[in-house]
Amino acid sequence: MEFSYNWDWSVLFCTVQDVKIGCVAPYFYWIVEGFGWTIAVASAAWVIAFSWGSIIGILRTLEDPIWLRIPVVKSPVNFNTSAIEADNGVVLINIAWFLHGFATIYVTIFRNIPLLVQMFLWYFVLPEVLSKEAGMWLKRELPLPEYWTSVVCLGLYTASRVGEAVRAGINSITQGQHYAAMAVGLTRVQVYRYVLLPVAYRIIVPPLTSDFLGIFKNSSLALTIGVLELTAMTRQIDEYSYQTFESFTAATVLYILVTAIVMFVMRIVEGRVSIPGMISLGAK
Amino acid sequence: MNKTDNTAPSTETTSGVGMIRMNDVSKWYGDFQVLINCTTKVDVGEVVVICGPSGSGKSTLIKVINGLEPFQEGEITFDGISVGDQATNLPKLRSRIGMVFQNFELFPHITIIDNINLAQLKVLGRDQDEATKRSMELLERVGLIDQMDKFPAQLSGGQQQRVAIARGLAMDPAAMLFDEPTSALDPEMINEVLDVMTELALEGMTMMVVTHEMGFARRVAHRVVFMDEGRIEEDCSKDEFFSGERGERAQEFLSKILTH
Amino acid sequence: MESGFDYGIILKSVPYLAEGLVLTFQLTILGILGGLVFGTLLALCRLAPFAPVSFIAGTYVNFFRSMPLILVIFWFYFLVPFLVGRPVGGFWSVTIAFIMFEAAYYCEIMRAGIQSVKVGQVYAGQALGLTYRQNMQYIVLPQAFRNMIPILLTQAIVLFQDTSLVYVVGLGDFLVHADIVANRDNRLMEMFSTVAVVYFILCLLGTLFVGRLQRKYANE
Repeated sequence: MEFSYNWDWSVLFCTVQDVKIGCVAPYFYWIVEGFGWTIAVASAAWVIAFSWGSIIGILRTLEDPIWLRIPVVKSPVNFNTSAIEADNGVVLINIAWFLHGFATIYVTIFRNIPLLVQMFLWYFVLPEVLSKEAGMWLKRELPLPEYWTSVVCLGLYTASRVGEAVRAGINSITQGQHYAAMAVGLTRVQVYRYVLLPVAYRIIVPPLTSDFLGIFKNSSLALTIGVLELTAMTRQIDEYSYQTFESFTAATVLYILVTAIVMFVMRIVEGRVSIPGMISLGAK
Repeated sequence: MNKTDNTAPSTETTSGVGMIRMNDVSKWYGDFQVLINCTTKVDVGEVVVICGPSGSGKSTLIKVINGLEPFQEGEITFDGISVGDQATNLPKLRSRIGMVFQNFELFPHITIIDNINLAQLKVLGRDQDEATKRSMELLERVGLIDQMDKFPAQLSGGQQQRVAIARGLAMDPAAMLFDEPTSALDPEMINEVLDVMTELALEGMTMMVVTHEMGFARRVAHRVVFMDEGRIEEDCSKDEFFSGERGERAQEFLSKILTH
Repeated sequence: MESGFDYGIILKSVPYLAEGLVLTFQLTILGILGGLVFGTLLALCRLAPFAPVSFIAGTYVNFFRSMPLILVIFWFYFLVPFLVGRPVGGFWSVTIAFIMFEAAYYCEIMRAGIQSVKVGQVYAGQALGLTYRQNMQYIVLPQAFRNMIPILLTQAIVLFQDTSLVYVVGLGDFLVHADIVANRDNRLMEMFSTVAVVYFILCLLGTLFVGRLQRKYANE
């Protein structure tokens, strides 16, 4: 067994000027640009994942009914289910039941289809399913279609994970805390706003960190639909220069560096926001 | 007619309408009935102690009064307002009833002073200065003014429970509910909490207290309600309850908790 | 592009798709088995009282957990033939990539499982006079294993989904076979939605099974 590979680290440092003196391409610039796209995809997707995921997570904790009263002139039957009640000319619709159900179905769908398949659905299938005009707009007129598709795909996928973290955080708060918050006269929205959510977000810093790092790593899937992010760029360098392992090493170092920095910063954040006497939920 | 009117000799409690009235209240968890036709009332300025073996439904009884737990049959009114009525604004009603829990249930992520301020600001709409002033008065009163900037977990159980009482009082409630306020406390901390409660009772606060502290009941209660298996078995004046004119179950319960 | 949803093309490609699905399952099973074996070793190293050993195992775990799986697949796809000195075929390179990658995750699950056993249990075992080995064998590991089975299974479902990433090196798994048909016949909508539905059903069955297991454990 012989490892015969001619390492040539200088390829990584080829700049635009060096192209004139023998380099095939400005590889250094490619890496920087790819890294930039990776960050751009990951951070935009995180905005979606965090906000939408929080809503999904909150909806999944709605247990008590919220009745919407619809007065009807003539109610044919009286019946009583957890979703809809009909009683003497008034139909009551339990909005909480439907919202809770929607969020549960959302999480089930997005967690049980491989991310890469979801990426293809958004990129290849969605424009065909939509009306002709909308499909054309997605394909032709939307600026940076690959970028926005991967942002939306990653964001909505990770939202299902963020949702689960938020739900776990809220559910870890005892019934007694709910009661105490209600007993001082807070409304349901206020109970969430001032008691449940502030506590939940503080204890789910570790799983949220892991979800963010997940988005950062998963942004590499964007290369399959043509986003030239970090991993794609290193493949490109490999194809141009045949110096495979130098470019892979560079990408690896960058991924590890960012992960290490994020973990370091989030550990400080976790310490800052930690609630005396409470332990964070463990990272997934 | 109210059952209480038949059984309780009207010594201290003749005047006034009931601040809290329960009429024939029943509650089920699924198929299991936790409250069976419970009827009682608490008048203005009255202190009622509720006792009974564990699982007798006394904690549930106190939680249906401010609508924390729903009930299926009967009627409950607080100051004339029906708790079970769909149209009742429950948050608003609850803001007029202070409640103290077994496990204190202070909000762990905010400081002691903010715990007492929170509902004053968000529910009563007081401004920051006004709320803080009221909170500090109450902290002074429960002897914890020097702890105001700490977080709940940094206080002892007894201290946390006194803060919880202050949190309830900050809303200037018309009545206070206590759900086993000393059960989770180490023995040496029980008295500091009972002292605050006794003081409150003597000032004329309307109180409903679920507790096993019979000493407290003897000192300040006007009436004692004894529950067993979801039923109100005894509802009588304190003197009657402690003088021996009571049913077998209550007798048995009392001898158990007084001898250990 | 022809309009309408063409079910015929799906039916026609069932054998070809099934062939791809077999490779997906092969990768998953090899990844789980190899990952479990290697992951257990790593976990033992991580919990070892000898600092350098646990440090090396910890570094390995953090290294692989910081890397995108796609990059790991690329690394091994190119690196394994180099190391072996002859072409070994994409399948084995990728299988090794999955084993190495999954081992890092399995290691963490097992470590968490072992650490989830309460210290009081360890003391109780010691108080009964059990040796370290007996204590591990009869008290700690059975409880730990129980705690981690649902999480290990969930990770297996994640791996099953992740094997689709072999797309980037063109290995003929379920997705790649569907992709080939889709592009050949210009039937992207039919093929990709079929893939999505099949993956969804299989993963959902797995998820429901894990959920049932968890409830069963919770009730006991």
